[in-house]
Amino acid sequence: MTETTWFDTLIQVLIIVAQSLALLVGLLIIVAYVLLADRKIWAAVQLRRGPNVVGPFGLFQSFADLIKFVLKEPVIPDGANKGVFLLAPFVTCLLALAAWAVVPIDAGWVVADINVGVLYIFAISSLGVYGTIMAGWASNSKYPFLSALRAAAQMVSYEVSIGFVIVTVLLCAGSLNLSAIVEAQNTSWGILGWYWLPLFPMFVIFFISALAETNRPPFDLGEAESELVAGFMVEYGSTPYMMFMLGEYVAIMTMCALTAILFMGGWLPPVPIAPFTWVPGIVWFLLKVLLVFFMFAMVKAMVPRYRYDQLMRLGWKVFLPISLAMVVIVASVLHFTGLAAAGG
Amino acid sequence: MSLAALFFYLFAGVAVASAFMVIASRNPVHSVLFLILTFVNASGLFILIGAEYIAMLLIVVYVGAVAVLFLFVVMMLDVDFVELRQGFLQYLPVGVLIGMVFLAELVLVVGSWTFGAGVTGAVTSAAPGVSNAVAIGRVLYTDYVYFFQAAGFILLVAMIGAIVLTLRHKENVKRQSIPVQNARTKAMAIDVVKVPSGKGL
Amino acid sequence: MTLSLAALGPALPELLLALSALALLMLGAFAGPKSTDTVNGLALAALFGALVLVLIGPAEATLFNGAFQVDAFGRFMKVLALIGAGGTLAMSVDWLKIEKQDRFEYPVLVLLSTLGMMVLISAGDLIALYMGLEMMSLALYVIAANNRDSVRSTEAGLKYFVLGALSSGMLLYGASLIYGFTGSVNFAQIAQAAREPSLGLIFGIVFTFAGLCFKVSAVPFHMWTPDVYEGAPAPVTAFFASAPKVAAMAVFVRFAMEALPNVAHQWQQIIVFVSIASMALGSFAAIGQRNFKRLMAYSSIGHMGFALVGLAAGTQQGVQGVLVYMAVYLVMTLGTFACILSMRRKDGMVESYDELAGLARTSPVKAFMLAVLMFSLAGIPPLAGFLAKYYVFLAAIEAGLYTLAVIGVLTSVVGAFYYLRIVKIMYFDEPAAAFEPMRSEPRVVLAISGTFTLLFFVYPAPLIAAAAAAARALF
Repeated sequence: MTETTWFDTLIQVLIIVAQSLALLVGLLIIVAYVLLADRKIWAAVQLRRGPNVVGPFGLFQSFADLIKFVLKEPVIPDGANKGVFLLAPFVTCLLALAAWAVVPIDAGWVVADINVGVLYIFAISSLGVYGTIMAGWASNSKYPFLSALRAAAQMVSYEVSIGFVIVTVLLCAGSLNLSAIVEAQNTSWGILGWYWLPLFPMFVIFFISALAETNRPPFDLGEAESELVAGFMVEYGSTPYMMFMLGEYVAIMTMCALTAILFMGGWLPPVPIAPFTWVPGIVWFLLKVLLVFFMFAMVKAMVPRYRYDQLMRLGWKVFLPISLAMVVIVASVLHFTGLAAAGG
Repeated sequence: MSLAALFFYLFAGVAVASAFMVIASRNPVHSVLFLILTFVNASGLFILIGAEYIAMLLIVVYVGAVAVLFLFVVMMLDVDFVELRQGFLQYLPVGVLIGMVFLAELVLVVGSWTFGAGVTGAVTSAAPGVSNAVAIGRVLYTDYVYFFQAAGFILLVAMIGAIVLTLRHKENVKRQSIPVQNARTKAMAIDVVKVPSGKGL
Repeated sequence: MTLSLAALGPALPELLLALSALALLMLGAFAGPKSTDTVNGLALAALFGALVLVLIGPAEATLFNGAFQVDAFGRFMKVLALIGAGGTLAMSVDWLKIEKQDRFEYPVLVLLSTLGMMVLISAGDLIALYMGLEMMSLALYVIAANNRDSVRSTEAGLKYFVLGALSSGMLLYGASLIYGFTGSVNFAQIAQAAREPSLGLIFGIVFTFAGLCFKVSAVPFHMWTPDVYEGAPAPVTAFFASAPKVAAMAVFVRFAMEALPNVAHQWQQIIVFVSIASMALGSFAAIGQRNFKRLMAYSSIGHMGFALVGLAAGTQQGVQGVLVYMAVYLVMTLGTFACILSMRRKDGMVESYDELAGLARTSPVKAFMLAVLMFSLAGIPPLAGFLAKYYVFLAAIEAGLYTLAVIGVLTSVVGAFYYLRIVKIMYFDEPAAAFEPMRSEPRVVLAISGTFTLLFFVYPAPLIAAAAAAARALF
């Protein structure tokens, strides 16, 4: 009796480990090319070629970077708080990866299908701020510290409006489970039934807040190189630096995936008729994620950086009231038209 | 030992150990970081008892917002803890005395523990198939709406208080006014002047 | 359970206060500093409106599963709290303007604090009790530090806040013990469950009472009172001394009588001790004070001791005594603070009561009124203060608490010393420079208060009857 229980448990654990590994490997390969794409798009907008030396069209650039970072010697500044200094990149990287545990990449394809998936991602991304603060503080240097304060205040501020945006989606879907949210968008209307259309203002706010939450341009005040050199990462090099970069890009992918799930129907095909429904869901999901990432990259290439007070103004005085009002409006519309989902 | 029990001892052990480190560590920033670790582990414990909604809220609210502000303050304050601890021995006897009194009380209270009449009956789980979030939502805005609103007012008072006590409108500070900027038109901003050559303005 | 708006009728006064606080906050925030006068006026109107609504509202009602109850007791105390808040707000408007501390947030915070008091007074369970207490106290902490450029004012605010948080913690600890050992937070159900005192329950009662004693500033939880009274701006002190005391005493009585009637002999000893200690400390410690506000702090500690004598009796008559005492205390306090607020010379406020020297010659009417109030605070017959003391001591004697009554009378004799010294200074000392003429609001408050105190014994029946009816609601 006990033996079978042990065995069952073991099998369960092994399955979860295998699933996680598969997801992780896929994710890391995609991140490697997304990084390259980011640089290529940026270059293209500026009429440059971008990385084009390592491999055909520079396709192996990210792997070359990886090897370079890993082989370099990590330097820990003399006055730094060693433990926290080394912990910070791990925290950033691990948290970013942990968020993917609940992301459904196709119907039923999810490592942990938990009830409060949205909240889990929200919680993990709010934890992400600690990597930044710890790095900035532990470096024992002025620029990183200033940058950490900036980045942390910015992330906390934009989380507020992200929270309210998510609430409007939850009101429509009637569940906090990510798969259920995708299923709630599965109507005969196809692409017109996804939440980006009825909740268009929220979609825009979510996209912009996601840029701020991940410290992407035009909100990269944390690493504003003209003022703060490279922000909280000034003192980092080699592998720890790479982990920050990795964490940052994985977090960006998480936000892209969340946008795809909340507003763009996740793995659902845009037109629910024959030839489109044959394509596996994961392909649609990937396409959507990459589309959102393309927008991220274009924004980075085209929009100039905000000033810090403007950033705060946008978050607190524009997004917060609008999203708060939208929560009330959406709730009233759902209540008075009787469209409210029958919460499960 | 089942997997759940294993995780329980893991979370509980780390929570207790890091709670101890909060008061034991010399560096205040380390204390706050350990406090955060305690919160995260507490949230793990919540998940184990099936209260995943509370667990996530604990992280979002306490770790994601409250502790960040806490960390800010601690990082920016230049607290010399060695100096702070100088009076420590002086207050030790009083502290120990109060601690012992509290401990004795707790022991007495826990020792005399009996459930009041009807307590066990009052604790009923939500209907099966109802997730935590739904169960909380069903009572929060109906049975407990009064407390919900009252708590809202308390937070409002706290917010007004913080603003009243700290907001100062400084003189001679130039502020950007977005509406004014947006309201500017070409006619207001540009004045085309014909300057005859050799005369100056 | 779904609530319809019509069902909220009994809570109309609270709703009015809450909504007007929100509206006035918006008005002040959008219209800027120039709206302060408007906000002040409207806040007074809101308090008056709430008073009217309390008076014409239903006599008995329960809302929100018993968390909010309207009864004669609550209405009596709410009327007192609203009068206290309204009176002090009216007096403070001019004062704050002269001292350049007028902000539109002040009346809003007073409104919110009063809202907290109303929640507190009608609390029917421990959660509502705690919520009301926090709402009231948080606003008080802030307005104690209203003069934020003065070190004393901010110190008062901070001290009040830190000690207040400590007391809230004790109260919560006690409340959770009571909940744990009775299985309910509802007063009526606690009373059902708490027939036999258990050790946990007693600890819970002790901690809860400690928290409540802090709010009414009874010994040994009085340490904050003198410093806060002295440091806070004078109108704020007037507010502290009046309405919050009434609300805290109301919930003290309600909690003791509604939730713990079956274990009365357990908490009676605590109240007896607290009462004796407060009366003694209030009388002896005040002797050395020269600052009028500090003196009033010790005076209020002493008066809370006297009021608690009625609670110690634990009978309907005792509760009636407490109610009468709080009503009279409120009126006397408002009148006295009307005088303190007008102790202004050309070069600013003075706070030492030595400055009152020869007031009888410079402004005889004011001196007479203040003398009446002082005699009444000392409990000299036949003034209102004497009658109030008479009722609580009578209740104590009928409940067999002879020692308590005797000690109470003795301490009131000691206390009479410093009240009478003020009268002596006013009437027999060489006149100091005259004060600026009194503003109209304090003048009206002083006139009403002095007249009430002087003539209360002629026709006390309405108040006594109302208090009796209110006390009956708890039994």
